[in-house]
Amino acid sequence: MLHTGRLIRVQGRVQGVGFRPFVWRLAHESGVGGRVRNNGTGVSIEAWGPDDALERFVACLLEAPPALARVRSVDWTPLDGNVPVAGFQILPSDGGTVSTEIAPDAAMCADCRSDISDPQNRRFRYPFTNCTHCGPRMSIVEGVPYDRATTTMGAFEMCEQCRREYDDPGDRRFHAQANACPACGPRLWLAGPEGEIDCSDPLEQAAELLRDGAILAIKGIGGFHLACDAANAGAVAELRRRKNRPAKPLAIMARDLEQIRCYCAVSDEEADLLTSPPAPIVLLRNLANTSLPGVAPGLGVTGVMLPYSPLHHLLMEEFEGPLVLTSGNLSDTPQITDNAQALDALSITVDAWLLHDRDIVNRVDDSVMRVDLGAPFALRRGRGLAPEAIALSDGFADAAPTLALGAELKSSFCLLKEGRAIPSQHIGDLKSGETFADFRQKIGLFRDLFRFDPETIVVDCHPDYLSTRWGHALARDTGAELVTVQHHHAHLASCLAEHRIPPDEDRAVGIILDGTGYGLDGTVWGGEILLGGYGDFARKAHLETTPLPGGEQAVREPWRNTLSHLWTVFGADWRSALGGSDLNDRLAAKPVELVTQMIEQGLNSPTSSSAGRLFDAVAGALGVRFDTQHYEGQAAMELEAVARSQMQTAGKYPGGTTEDRTILLEPLWAALARDLKSGVDPGVIAARFHNGLISVLAETASEIASDEDTSRIVLSGGAMQNSLLLGGLHERLTSQGLEVLVHRQVPANDGGLSLGQASIAARC
Amino acid sequence: MTELIRDIFHRHLKNPILERGDDAGLVTLPGTRLVMSTDGHVISPLFFPGGDIGALSVHGTVNDLAMMGARPLYLTAGFIIEEGFPLVDLDRIVASMAEAARDAEVQVIGGDTKVVERGSGDGVFITTTGLGIVPNTLDLTAANARPGMAVLVSGTMGDHGIAVMSKRENLEFETEIRSDSASLHGLVAAVVDAVPRLALLRDPTRGGLAATLNEIAAAAGVGMVLDEAAIPVSPDVSAACELLGLDPLNCANEGKLIAICPSDDADRLLEAMRGHPLGRRAAIIGEVTEDPSRLVQMKTTFGGTRIVDWIAGEQLPRIC
Repeated sequence: MLHTGRLIRVQGRVQGVGFRPFVWRLAHESGVGGRVRNNGTGVSIEAWGPDDALERFVACLLEAPPALARVRSVDWTPLDGNVPVAGFQILPSDGGTVSTEIAPDAAMCADCRSDISDPQNRRFRYPFTNCTHCGPRMSIVEGVPYDRATTTMGAFEMCEQCRREYDDPGDRRFHAQANACPACGPRLWLAGPEGEIDCSDPLEQAAELLRDGAILAIKGIGGFHLACDAANAGAVAELRRRKNRPAKPLAIMARDLEQIRCYCAVSDEEADLLTSPPAPIVLLRNLANTSLPGVAPGLGVTGVMLPYSPLHHLLMEEFEGPLVLTSGNLSDTPQITDNAQALDALSITVDAWLLHDRDIVNRVDDSVMRVDLGAPFALRRGRGLAPEAIALSDGFADAAPTLALGAELKSSFCLLKEGRAIPSQHIGDLKSGETFADFRQKIGLFRDLFRFDPETIVVDCHPDYLSTRWGHALARDTGAELVTVQHHHAHLASCLAEHRIPPDEDRAVGIILDGTGYGLDGTVWGGEILLGGYGDFARKAHLETTPLPGGEQAVREPWRNTLSHLWTVFGADWRSALGGSDLNDRLAAKPVELVTQMIEQGLNSPTSSSAGRLFDAVAGALGVRFDTQHYEGQAAMELEAVARSQMQTAGKYPGGTTEDRTILLEPLWAALARDLKSGVDPGVIAARFHNGLISVLAETASEIASDEDTSRIVLSGGAMQNSLLLGGLHERLTSQGLEVLVHRQVPANDGGLSLGQASIAARC
Repeated sequence: MTELIRDIFHRHLKNPILERGDDAGLVTLPGTRLVMSTDGHVISPLFFPGGDIGALSVHGTVNDLAMMGARPLYLTAGFIIEEGFPLVDLDRIVASMAEAARDAEVQVIGGDTKVVERGSGDGVFITTTGLGIVPNTLDLTAANARPGMAVLVSGTMGDHGIAVMSKRENLEFETEIRSDSASLHGLVAAVVDAVPRLALLRDPTRGGLAATLNEIAAAAGVGMVLDEAAIPVSPDVSAACELLGLDPLNCANEGKLIAICPSDDADRLLEAMRGHPLGRRAAIIGEVTEDPSRLVQMKTTFGGTRIVDWIAGEQLPRIC
């Protein structure tokens, strides 16, 4: 039989994911001889065999790679000569430059699951079991190449049996860098205020404490969680009190899908997402007749995840019911990752600590996702998603290495090189000293991991964002070029980029709705319809502006926006427009005279076209959330929740625009005030508001699209996390034959901003 | 403003004395160390609860000298008066100035008056220049701030800024907030006397405590960690700030000082301040830290830390 040779190059995330053993097995199965090695660009294979066998071999590389691999490309060139070796060999790595990818952490695979469930297996009930198909990656990596020595598993010397698995290409633990067993790997223990608790089984003991209503700190994959019994309202309330988190939703972990279905509706797509390797928190609709009190008050949805590490599986086997599992931190600070810090900082928050000695070097919060419009939609990129690269259009292939620094409150950064974008995990509010330190440390780590030296640094145009100031200093120190990008332009570009829209056909109309972003005219923008692409943009329409009395105080207190909108629409005589509605009484209890004075005199009352504040104003008017928001977006989320069941039947408020396409507030508020006066149900009013806003935005955007001869619409900005708004706009616009792009891989909110910034700068 | 000073004034006029970046210039002549400072006063309204532009023009310059540890001696004053400005108001302003000068034990030994057309000024502007002498043992300068040192303030933050804004904007709060405008030379003398190893003094005027501490951190190449609960703010100022959406740490003071000293001396310094009528509500508010990023941070009452920022322009919301 005639044998020919091929030199095959595989690129993508192909290291540290069991790719070479996969190639080895595939070669044996398909009767191909040769060798495989890792190099700086991926995996290189020399393969000899009959042509048809080689054909099948190459096809399988693309079609059936290991679970955690992401094959970006397979290409080959013919090799001359005869078969140089017998059989198929795995060769050591050859070093060189690094352009391969670090894998995200992955939920336990089915094989490891059976290992820990089998009393005969040496890993029976071992909480740190993993293999090349699952387990920690990103959270334990200290450097490249990805090797045991460059992870925090370097501290554990493998026992003979583990070593044998690690060296055997036929074993699924071949080069599994986190390979471990009870004999040689990390150890689990339970600690109380007085130190380690002597017990035969820490998991059993932890479950016992949880059943008694205790609050535990549990060290997981990417950081510490705080846990308590989700069905115990007292424990949940106590956790909220100790964590100083009065209202913000808490995530829960359920034992299995069946248990989730006791509380929430789960579609097939949602079940797939829950059980996927990233195993994110998935927002699910609550069932009408069951609830977990205090977990996510007022929202009608609950964030749920399934056990993703062996530790969580084993704990959930011991503890039957669902657990609250929220990030283990002090208010406004990043999730804790370190044992000593957890023992110290959480000493007044928790009753006991479930600890282990596998260090976490790279904090990764749980990812949060939702299924919307039939597919997953990222709300927060964290564990299991980061640092997954996002392939961009080929037009970005030759872009200079770019580092984009994102915004401030939902901070993330993004590297862009060789046509790929690598967004960091969610980092958080940079105004916190610890978070800002974490942000800078992570940028350093990513620069090391991806051997990345930015030539361009991108910042938002808000001069006071800490990321902006730090970016200026970084550009000065490194000599990199500094590029400033407008906030809503970055939102638009972010959505284009993740959909691989090529730079030469990037024109789109963007409906960009969010809280606030610094506008090109120095005012605060937030309810914008833009026309543009990566290169430039124009502001084609926006919501009518209103003052924000007290600046950020107007973000915290919805009633200020209610007042400001009423004042803008009805003038000083707004009270008579409300007649005898109880909104008048509620406002009378507030310092309305002084705040009106601030508005009239322009005292710390910047003008804004914010969509977020419009939602706040309506939520305030309805009494859904009037006084104070306890977390960002609370008023809008609660407004969405009360509107949900009325959307189909309620009808809509009228809309109107001026000639220069300012979207007017008067038609909406005039109708809303009439409804308030006649005592219409708040749910109906909320739904009419949603429907009216959808209608006027869709109409305006499609007019612009038609005038400007484009058929592509982008929906972005934090307000697009409102599924009524997103779904309504999507439906209206697609029914007119327009192509509608929504975020999938990066969040629509500021967490996705850095991707847009990077793609804009790369095309500058 | 810091950038404006650096990019224009320091660039053209730079010399070793200016480059120290202190509140007043220190000049060593044989046998005597002089400090000299000048300060222009533009304020609306001219009269406000707790003071007026006349007293302020004395306090501003006297305090700049005092922050160098100096005994203020002489002032000169330049007036720019808008045509048609009521003489009775001018009389009241100058009388207030004279009283402030007497209290501060300084003499106004020279001056100048110009009148500008109606519409070219805002009533009256006053520029004062002051001269004082510094003891040979003292060298108070921002660069003295070293990690481990204690940071103190002499009293509540933000009173002047809120008092002036309330008057200007006609805001009627339940109780009238008064400016803290005062000459600090007496308090400084007491402080210097009690703690000779004092590192530096600054008065947190425009931009408030936040801006001034950031300036010190930048000049000394250090960071700071403050304790939110320890920073004195009067309940009235706190309530007004909450209503207005302002941060008292960004609001101006005209009769308060920041002192930084070795931690061993902190208690003695605190005692000395509290023993003086202008320092009764003094407090130790934090410490200087080693931090290459020169960040000023604050431990919040919730156990986290917040970055204490200075504000580039109007405070625009950052929440998205």
